Amino acid sequence: MTEYVHQPRFMTGDEFSIDTFCLLNPEGELYQGASEPALERDHARRLYQAMLATRILDERMMAAQRQGRLSFYMQCTGEEAAVVGAAAALDDADMIMAQYREQGALMYRGFSIDEFMNQLFGNELDYGKGRQMPIHYGSRKLHYMTISSPLATQIPQATGYAYGQKLAGDGHCTLTFFGEGAASEGDFHAALNMASVHQVPVIFFCRNNGYAISTPSTEQFAADGIAPRAFGYHMHVIRVDGNDALAVFEATTQARKIAVEQNQPVLIEAMSYRLAAHSSSDDPSGYRSKDEEEVWRAKDPLLRLQKWLVKKGWWSDEEEASQQETLRREVLDTMKRAEKRSSPPLDSLISDVYADVTPALQRQLDQLKRHIRRYPDAYPKGAKSLDLDVDPANHSQGEV
Amino acid sequence: MPTMNMLQAINNALDIAMAEDEKVICFGEDVGVFGGVFRATSHLQEKYGKARCFNTPLVEQGIIGFANGLAAQGSVPVAEIQFADYIFPAFDQIVNETAKFRYRSGDLFNVGGLTIRTPYGGGIAGGLYHSQSPEAYFTHTPGLKVVVPRNPYQAKGLLLAAIRDPDPVLYLEPKRLYRAAVGDVPEEDYQLPIGEAEVIKEGSDITLVGWGAQMEVIGKAAELAEEQGIACEVIDLRTLLPWDADTVAESVFKTGRLIVSHEAPLTGGFAGEIAATIQERCFLYLESPISRVTGLDTPFPLVLEKEYLPDHLKIFEAIRESVNF
Repeated sequence: MTEYVHQPRFMTGDEFSIDTFCLLNPEGELYQGASEPALERDHARRLYQAMLATRILDERMMAAQRQGRLSFYMQCTGEEAAVVGAAAALDDADMIMAQYREQGALMYRGFSIDEFMNQLFGNELDYGKGRQMPIHYGSRKLHYMTISSPLATQIPQATGYAYGQKLAGDGHCTLTFFGEGAASEGDFHAALNMASVHQVPVIFFCRNNGYAISTPSTEQFAADGIAPRAFGYHMHVIRVDGNDALAVFEATTQARKIAVEQNQPVLIEAMSYRLAAHSSSDDPSGYRSKDEEEVWRAKDPLLRLQKWLVKKGWWSDEEEASQQETLRREVLDTMKRAEKRSSPPLDSLISDVYADVTPALQRQLDQLKRHIRRYPDAYPKGAKSLDLDVDPANHSQGEV
Repeated sequence: MPTMNMLQAINNALDIAMAEDEKVICFGEDVGVFGGVFRATSHLQEKYGKARCFNTPLVEQGIIGFANGLAAQGSVPVAEIQFADYIFPAFDQIVNETAKFRYRSGDLFNVGGLTIRTPYGGGIAGGLYHSQSPEAYFTHTPGLKVVVPRNPYQAKGLLLAAIRDPDPVLYLEPKRLYRAAVGDVPEEDYQLPIGEAEVIKEGSDITLVGWGAQMEVIGKAAELAEEQGIACEVIDLRTLLPWDADTVAESVFKTGRLIVSHEAPLTGGFAGEIAATIQERCFLYLESPISRVTGLDTPFPLVLEKEYLPDHLKIFEAIRESVNF
């Protein structure tokens, strides 16, 4: 209800600020007054192990990219607690619609190193059939929507997906990840407004990691982060320390309750830092200082959770060392296997454009096959999936 | 058989689809209580509830983004964009998301249940922002289907087919005909095939191809030509993507002449695609150059729209030129 006043008073939002929820200090101890979330031993270990596996996969694949074995890569480094902590708070059958830097959530859900590799190398076992650049993972089984490159498009889609879940009445919600840069796109505003108006069980999870490629957040928005935008949409909001896995877990657990029990959207802003480059094509030394990075390196989310686990007797230095060793070996072994696998077959060029291949597409493929038969050496991947001994005359149906 | 106008036929199709499958959900700007600015969704909210037929905020990219997610979840959204002129804010969601969902995920996910309905075209004194025919922007996008009905009977049968089609369909409704086109429409459920053109009238001298509101104009031109002893074969493409090149080519093999007409501007228009394909397939059978009768390469005007639009006289002149080439 508005109050009527008779002198003009302009407001900027500076009148109130949003606090940051945190539980663990950098030493892995609970802050005074903080309560431990309801997180059991095995669950906590699963959370940490997914963070660790993500860190190791990222290190190895970044190195592989530098060796020229991989065309492109993006790291989650520095943001593992935000991403895995959120995933760990969901039901495994809730939908996750990620931006592109959230492989930690997929790791937590159980996507195997083999499955990661097949996508990264776009081989015949890649679920996406070698059509997208590396890091565009997806898994129907694990309720993880295939990544799309255009920024922020997944945000209104999450609203729509969650609306369908609400109508289905299956008690599930959708969580969508995005960066603070993506929150500048129109899609973000459309998504929040529609979710709020239509009372949709969706969690908007903003990873505020300081940079949108090279643009610092100070040049991305003028307000106090992304969280205050929720007020404009009359939406529940919480800001959380994104390097504190326990705080992220607890905040997301409660957000999920609001989403599925009240059919209300929630915005979470996790304050973190992108310790690595934007992507393997980026060089952050061109736009930020080593000193700045060092400040955040001291807040490493893995170390913080690890210390807490060790103090509880749920993890040990020996386990840490052996896990790291096992994971590194697994990554290298599976990478070697994935690299050697064949490319997707030539016919996959025209499948899945429509539910059924159209006559026009079939005609275009037939024409392409005739051409490749003539110049097989120029198209080694395509020629490999053609049986070159078969008489091309038998393949001329559909000729114009 | 009851008589319906095109809006009633569309409303009837939506009613049937929603009654049959509770996953069918209609939404867009003003589609709720009001029934849409043209009343295509009249009474649907009353019958099926606010959860399945509702107003959205005024945000086209949001409507289609929401629809994409809803379709990926397994629902069957029928999203309305109030005027095709306002589809462009949703362009990214349509061409980068809707069209590529199945392909980019290797068929793990798809939005095949999605139908986007939108009124298009001129002749209603709508000026440049209520008259456009944006079909060519979408026919360049693999993964979409683009369907345009020409009368109430077609509108119902094609819309039911579009809603049940396993691929996302952009369904362009010729708004000039919403109330102007009236005809017999069966009350029961029926579908017309997507991807197939229809030969409306057979003839031996020249083939005339069009879609949507333009079919009425083409029909008039054919009548004028008949009076001059020229027998026109008239084809309604009905689906622009993927389009039925076989039916058009078959006709041109017979007639040796082709005119394609659309309201959209000439350059980059879909008539160019048809002309190129047909000359490739029918080169040795052609008796005259393939001709395009279209709008001008200008924004759509207001006061001079009659001058701008390809009408029966312009098409009739093109027929005479082709026959006398």
